[in-house]
Amino acid sequence: MAIQVNSIRSEFPILHQEVNGNPLIYFDNAATTQKPKVVLDALQNYYEVDNSNIHRGAHTLADRATRQFEETRESVRAFIGARESAEIIFTRGTTESINLVAKTFGSAFIQKGDEIIISTLEHHSNIVPWQMLCEQNGAILRVIPITDAGELVWEEFEKLLNPKTKLVSVVHASNALGTINPVKRMIDAAHAVGAKVLLDGAQSTSHLDVDVQALDCDFLTFSAHKLYGPTGLGVLYGKRELLEAMPPFLGGGEMIREVTFEKTTYNTIPFKFEAGTPSIAEVIAFKPALDFITSTGKANIHRHEHDLLQYAVELLQDVKGVIPVGTAAEKIAVFSFNIQSMHPFDVGQLLDAKGIAVRTGHHCTQPLMRRLGIEGTVRASFAVYNSRAEVEVFAQAVTKIASLKNK
Amino acid sequence: MSTIADIQNEIVAEFEILGDDRESTIFYIMELGGNLEPYPEDFRKEEYIIQGCQSKVWLVAEEKEGKVHYRADSNTDITKGLISLLIRVLNHRSPKEILEANLDFIPRIGMGNILGSQRSNGLAAMMNQMKRYALAFQTKQNA
Repeated sequence: MAIQVNSIRSEFPILHQEVNGNPLIYFDNAATTQKPKVVLDALQNYYEVDNSNIHRGAHTLADRATRQFEETRESVRAFIGARESAEIIFTRGTTESINLVAKTFGSAFIQKGDEIIISTLEHHSNIVPWQMLCEQNGAILRVIPITDAGELVWEEFEKLLNPKTKLVSVVHASNALGTINPVKRMIDAAHAVGAKVLLDGAQSTSHLDVDVQALDCDFLTFSAHKLYGPTGLGVLYGKRELLEAMPPFLGGGEMIREVTFEKTTYNTIPFKFEAGTPSIAEVIAFKPALDFITSTGKANIHRHEHDLLQYAVELLQDVKGVIPVGTAAEKIAVFSFNIQSMHPFDVGQLLDAKGIAVRTGHHCTQPLMRRLGIEGTVRASFAVYNSRAEVEVFAQAVTKIASLKNK
Repeated sequence: MSTIADIQNEIVAEFEILGDDRESTIFYIMELGGNLEPYPEDFRKEEYIIQGCQSKVWLVAEEKEGKVHYRADSNTDITKGLISLLIRVLNHRSPKEILEANLDFIPRIGMGNILGSQRSNGLAAMMNQMKRYALAFQTKQNA
């Protein structure tokens, strides 16, 4: 089914504005997506009608809030195909989800001399927590190299795998280049040497069908705000047996079974990992975001975004001075590029003058930029509400900017 | 020789001609970068980079006959244009003049609005560094 862009756009209030005298063209979706009215309404409605702290409340409002909160957990479970909703932990974001695994799984199951594998494509949030862990416990960080097109070198990955490998923590789809990694094969290969796999799904979950049981990943991390949901909310999926074996992350309320001054026993999963009052409004408002994606259809969304990417590539590939960065065969809808003899910041500023929002810089992937021998890129990333007409305006603006220094 | 205030007024008048067309304003700023004196490669070192700028900015100053001579460079064209404006206002003046200068042309041309908060912070860092050089030369002159 083709996406009806106009009808979808009407559900996103923020899109209907001018920026610097031009209609806003929002192409910074890999950083965060805009929110449909149903999500905004759910946030408002929660505070107007149901606001109450969840779990253990004996009153009606607490019960309503708790029920809606747990309904989202069930929606997330269904969205990623997990076995049970207890395997869904709410966090503040992908970054916190990865840190949680590094601190708890890492401290319990990764020892001195053990190895953790990441890839050159990783976001800093999937590099730094592991470096911190390695510094603490003497584990060793290994990095899968990439080709110039931005694809992982499979043979090198295979060479890195060995019985000392305890964890492979790899991005499903690169935020900077869009590369989709062959994660199913990677998971199988990692399991074959007894390693667990964390999949950073921050970019993939909004574009691709991610089924944790089909993939058999051990952990999956993502953020609600990249899935048309509220900010400040993330998800950690983990297999039950792992989550149960892992020590708690933060200590406090909610995560306990019983506290005495001598000893505390911990709550069952998922609550063991959800100390303190969570982002209740955001969790509740995440459900309509997931419903929006499901009712629009992931396959439809992916096809639409892929079409926009193809169109951008088609319009810009022969423009003098435009250098695409990241040309993997399998990509999500990310168009990263540079303009010959121009700094990405300047390009971004000139696009902003035309009302076009893109991201510029290293995209929190400095090691990747270093590998590619560049300081950064300009990144246009597409979402379901973007149109071919917007891609045309963008391509014209880029063409004009490129002509400044590339006669 | 015109005063710092005169030159600032000149710049404000030039930007007024551009009106509020953001794109032409940015193109104009980028062109201004071409006026910068070539930056001496000997000074393209870490210690000459100004902290607080998102893009890279190198700045070096020398004192010649009681006046400060600035040279600077950046890896982005917009920033180069902005530096060239600062240099146009402050170059070849005494440390005293530089330290006493009320640099108000930046808000007057609405630069914060055009460039956003990050570049504006960078611009402020650049200005401070220029004044710091002037202060160092003044201290030396008075010693």
